Amino acid sequence: MSNIDEAKVCELEAKANEIRQTLIRMLTEAGSGHTAGPLGMADIFTAFYFHILNHKPEDPMWGDRDRLILSNGHIVPIRYAAMAHAGYFSIEEAMTLRKFGSRMQGHPELDRIPGIETTSGPLGSGLGQAAGVAYGARMDGKKFRVYCLMSDAEHQAGNLWESAMFAGVNKLSNITGVIDRNNIQINGMTEDVMPLEPLREKYEAFGWHVIDVDGHNIEAFCDAVEESKAIYEKPTLIIAHTIPGKGIEGIEFDYTWHGKSPKEGEADKFLKELRTLGGKITCNDHD
Amino acid sequence: MINKDSKLVENIFEMEALEQASTRDGFGKGVVEAGKEDERVVVLCADLAESTRSHWFKEEFPSRYIEMGVAEQNLATVASGLANYGKIPFITSYAAFSPGRNNEQIRTTISLSNLPVKICGMHAGVSVGPDGATHQQLEDIALMRVQPNMTVIYPCDVEEARKATVAAAKTDTPIYLRFARSNTPMFTTKDTPFEIGKAELVWKDKDPQATIIACGPLLYKALVAAEELSKEGIRLLVLNNHTIKPMDSSAVLRCARESGAVVTVEEHQVHGGMGSRVAEVLAQEYPVPIEFIGVHDQFGQSGTPEELIEHYGMGVSSIKDAVKKVIGRKIA
Repeated sequence: MSNIDEAKVCELEAKANEIRQTLIRMLTEAGSGHTAGPLGMADIFTAFYFHILNHKPEDPMWGDRDRLILSNGHIVPIRYAAMAHAGYFSIEEAMTLRKFGSRMQGHPELDRIPGIETTSGPLGSGLGQAAGVAYGARMDGKKFRVYCLMSDAEHQAGNLWESAMFAGVNKLSNITGVIDRNNIQINGMTEDVMPLEPLREKYEAFGWHVIDVDGHNIEAFCDAVEESKAIYEKPTLIIAHTIPGKGIEGIEFDYTWHGKSPKEGEADKFLKELRTLGGKITCNDHD
Repeated sequence: MINKDSKLVENIFEMEALEQASTRDGFGKGVVEAGKEDERVVVLCADLAESTRSHWFKEEFPSRYIEMGVAEQNLATVASGLANYGKIPFITSYAAFSPGRNNEQIRTTISLSNLPVKICGMHAGVSVGPDGATHQQLEDIALMRVQPNMTVIYPCDVEEARKATVAAAKTDTPIYLRFARSNTPMFTTKDTPFEIGKAELVWKDKDPQATIIACGPLLYKALVAAEELSKEGIRLLVLNNHTIKPMDSSAVLRCARESGAVVTVEEHQVHGGMGSRVAEVLAQEYPVPIEFIGVHDQFGQSGTPEELIEHYGMGVSSIKDAVKKVIGRKIA
């Protein structure tokens, strides 16, 4: 039985579509940045900011907030878009992405935006920081959760496995890790560049509880997060199977869209496509 | 002569009688003290509890001691997370590995994030001895002093190391603390002034002909050199320049103006080290001749600490030669 009702799921799906449109506008305005990864994580960021997180956008440094730590900082445009929609700052400010003097840096910086939680970009370092926050919080008996969003390809970095080992052995059950398993990286498909599988078994061997889920099924994703809260003896990893570029057919599964942004003409076409997407990304039977 | 205000030990030149200890012992004592004063202090250790002296903290505060295993990159990132949450983490390993191996993690998750992690690099310099070049970290000051937001401190003896550790726990900024393995003379006292960012004049002659600016345990050799040179009629200033960043530029400039020549002394590559920073300060405001004592673009090797200090030209006789050379270079 699901923890989230159908009406809420529909609302979140509509919100995710709006956030995707904001994202395309931001990237087009910026003239550079990453497109495929952010689009693929739109549903999950929407689920976090509009359903899962215990947070206060009007008081972003509230001490008992859940921490959402983004390890693969290059997909931050989707986080900025979601945070703007959630009320952390204006959508106008989100549109200043990558511009001189903007807080919306190309890769996120802790000191610039309250609520952004960490500085990231160089890959493989988010889980260690999440583990540090989780360890400190547990020392003090704090109840908030620490979520760590990671890419799949950053699991080629050795430092990430140091952190996975540390979180596992210390039974940091207040951590829920999420891997954006979209199978692409700059040089091609992950399994061609430097294979990651079997990811599930690797994490299990490091002492984690692992859940596989469709990363575009908001209901299933929220249920997986609920399950992770009920696991008390180990940290949980959610492997979210996503489609890079999800929502725009010409970008989906095309690794060349990893690190580029849409041009003006393309953007109009993409936005039109998103506006007519309706309930195509859904787990519900919309009539 | 010894500057009385610096309150150094009375029998400073009776080498045999002086107590010997390593600066890592000062860290071990200091971090326990800091832990008693502030319960936010935690110590992270990468499988080197005894040789970093973090086992003293572990005995006192077992629940605030975090074992990381041989994982220096994670040592830095977990500490960043702990500091982000609200703890004051001291991370301990050999300087060869931290900040030697985890430089990027320190840059992104500690310096750029501006979080109060205290990076404690042990066994720095050639004086780690028989372990050889792999473990003789000679580039750490250079690595750390170029990172914005980072403070860099290199204490001269066990007592100053204790004070520096206690002081480091009280700032809300990232700090690199450099410590040595071998036992060296304890020549400062509880009453010797120590303030982060403030250099101390430890030797003061009238009408000085040159200044020795030193940091770390070689400061003692600089004082021995000054004492021996005074018998030859050479008048000097000796500055304890323990904080390499932010450097006490006004003290460095004052000494340069008063004496007209400088010798820098450090157990580190001369490229990018404390002496380089002194040269940057003086070149901009008051250029004087400078000689650099340190390791000149080489790696170390196995040997006893004393053999290595002599071999790489950082002993008392090398310092004396450098002083005479720099005085000779002054334009009359």
